[in-house]
Amino acid sequence: MNKILLIIRREYLTRVKKKSFIIMTILGPILMAAIMIVPVFIAKMSDERSKIVVLDENGLFYGKLESNPDISFAYTDAYIEDLKGTYEKDGYDGILYIPKNSVPNRAYIFSQKQMGMGVKSHIQSTMKYTLDNYIMQEMYNINRDSIRAIEQTTRVMLEQRKIGKNGAEEQSSTEINTILGILAGIIIYFFIFMFGSQVMRGVIEEKTSRIIEVIVSSVKPFQLMMGKIVGIAMVGLTQFLLWIILTFSIITVFKASMPEFFEMTSDQTAIQQNPSLANMTEMANMDMEESLDKNPEVTRVIDSLKSIDFTTMIFMFLFYFMAGYLFYATFFAAIGSAVDNEADTQQFILPITVPLILAIIMAQFVTNNPNGPISFWLSIIPFTSPIIMMVRIPFGVPISEIILSMTLLVAAFIFSTWFAAKIYRTGILMYGKKPSYKELWKWLKYKN
Amino acid sequence: MNILETHDIVKQYADHVALKKVSISVPENSIYGLLGPNGAGKTTLIRIINQIIAPDEGYILFNGEPMTRKHIDFIGYLPEERGLYKKMKVGEQSIYLSQLKGVPKQEALKRLKYWFQKFEIESWWDRKVEELSKGMQQKIQFIVTIIHEPKFLIFDEPFSGFDPINTDLIRKEILFLKEKGATIIFSTHNMASVEELCDNIALINKSKKILEGNVSEIIKTYTKNEFLVGLSDFKSSLNDILPSSLNPTILKQENNKADILFKLPKDLSSNELLAALIPHAHICYFNEQLPTMNDIFISNVKSQIDFSHE
Repeated sequence: MNKILLIIRREYLTRVKKKSFIIMTILGPILMAAIMIVPVFIAKMSDERSKIVVLDENGLFYGKLESNPDISFAYTDAYIEDLKGTYEKDGYDGILYIPKNSVPNRAYIFSQKQMGMGVKSHIQSTMKYTLDNYIMQEMYNINRDSIRAIEQTTRVMLEQRKIGKNGAEEQSSTEINTILGILAGIIIYFFIFMFGSQVMRGVIEEKTSRIIEVIVSSVKPFQLMMGKIVGIAMVGLTQFLLWIILTFSIITVFKASMPEFFEMTSDQTAIQQNPSLANMTEMANMDMEESLDKNPEVTRVIDSLKSIDFTTMIFMFLFYFMAGYLFYATFFAAIGSAVDNEADTQQFILPITVPLILAIIMAQFVTNNPNGPISFWLSIIPFTSPIIMMVRIPFGVPISEIILSMTLLVAAFIFSTWFAAKIYRTGILMYGKKPSYKELWKWLKYKN
Repeated sequence: MNILETHDIVKQYADHVALKKVSISVPENSIYGLLGPNGAGKTTLIRIINQIIAPDEGYILFNGEPMTRKHIDFIGYLPEERGLYKKMKVGEQSIYLSQLKGVPKQEALKRLKYWFQKFEIESWWDRKVEELSKGMQQKIQFIVTIIHEPKFLIFDEPFSGFDPINTDLIRKEILFLKEKGATIIFSTHNMASVEELCDNIALINKSKKILEGNVSEIIKTYTKNEFLVGLSDFKSSLNDILPSSLNPTILKQENNKADILFKLPKDLSSNELLAALIPHAHICYFNEQLPTMNDIFISNVKSQIDFSHE
């Protein structure tokens, strides 16, 4: 027993001390945080404020165009041809020229350098807003506030409420369940592949360096195999936890050190990333400011997040995360023992890759129909259950099915361990040509 | 007393039989040579003794009791296929392998210091194994094999990868281990070292044990009553002085000197040969032609091939 701990310790420490592990552990969260922070940063830093001088021959927009962090407006009534010659000297980056028109919905920007998308879309949206107001007021005599009031009252809400066993109603959001489920499934998928293949490479390394026989003369092959699998599992858990902790601390530190950055995050980035959204932002902006706490969308998301039982979710995730890895790692260990080098592993890896990829492909389907027969079977069969059950869990799965799935997965792990151990103890001492499936079958029957 | 006995060990693989009812007895505090051509089944037998694989039939007694896994802590095994973790540091790795053999860390550290000094490799303690030469790695391998001070040692081709100086170093250590009371099984192709080191041997060929016994007794059995004699200053021509009953073969003749091989009939002894020669010539040297282990090995292995062809 003591020896298996020694093996776990070595497998763990040698990997955790590796440069590649440290680099991955640091780079991962930086990358993740960067995905969240950089767009904001770019939005903030992209251009200096463009100064635009507005020449409106209609007089309609005079003083009405709203400046924002990217653009400031000034107004003039000079002639356009004169202005073209002098605007740069006066310190402007461009001219917004709105010629006389019955409906002034056509304008030109004159500038030395190309104006950015952000600038263009802001001008467009703020002009439209002013024009809307003008037309509503002057031509139809409708007040803007009335329109907003109508929109507010006629907005249709469709809420989904689950009826629990005890009759209590809960809010639930299909979108959030889908995201949570698929995210959990994908993490498990990557974990199984990344760390499963580490097990395989570890076994191959011991074979090619010829240390294997030295070790199995001290410990049982089974102890060596399990020590490696468990040690690497702990490496994976460590990396996973460090990623979560680091990602959160990077974002928290960033938020704390530059709070003003995050205030405008949502709409700001939205405009930058998708200019077509720009026209809508004016309104959205006001909605947000007016009723962030009353906003039904937001409350709905928060409520349905509350409805998910996170304790169960985390427990389930940890269980399927570990059990799924352990189950597959035994196969990876068996493959590693059967071959002499990584190039020979392809043929044997394929059969264990197929169910995993199938599970990921089916995940989307399962979220559409989380309680259908296909979802049921995929979440019961141990080859796909670690991923599919995690996808189903946010939607609510009967406890009997969860117990069945878990029991089968544990039983399958015990069986696969037995199976892998038989291949492993014969395989580790075999050098030379790559065995066929027929030979592996014979190894299973050896008495040793 | 025998420290180790295997009884009728049979090991069958899918397409061939690796061992056919092999029984060997290793007396305590001796060096036991396990000989045989490649693929004869030596390594399989050694692995069975080490409990790495299980026999299909037969059993092993260790110190008189049926051998189980708990005995392997008393065994030091240096496999033929040996290596170290390339990326691990020498010291760290040596401690790890010692701990796997049941030596506590502090004790392992103390013993390793001693051996590293003795083998003059202390400066390598913090280097990675991949930076070491093959011979250097073999030294470390040897040290970790004996670090738990086992009373039973199995060396499979211990000298491979060593230069003559280090071979000599290891040979002395093996003899020293025996002196301190250890029993050693020694598997090799190097017949010269067998004669020099081994007290007993077993010869395995084609999955069967074909010969076992004390080295000097085996050599005695295979002795053919042959003598190599150097003569000079013959009184007359060689053909006249050598009686054909002594079965002489002249190997070399130069001026008044000759090397002659006598294959004596069974009833004649060396004394009678000498008596026949002394009156006629000066005897420069007189050697009994003992068979080498090499000869015995080859003749046994070949005779089994002939036998199997019949």
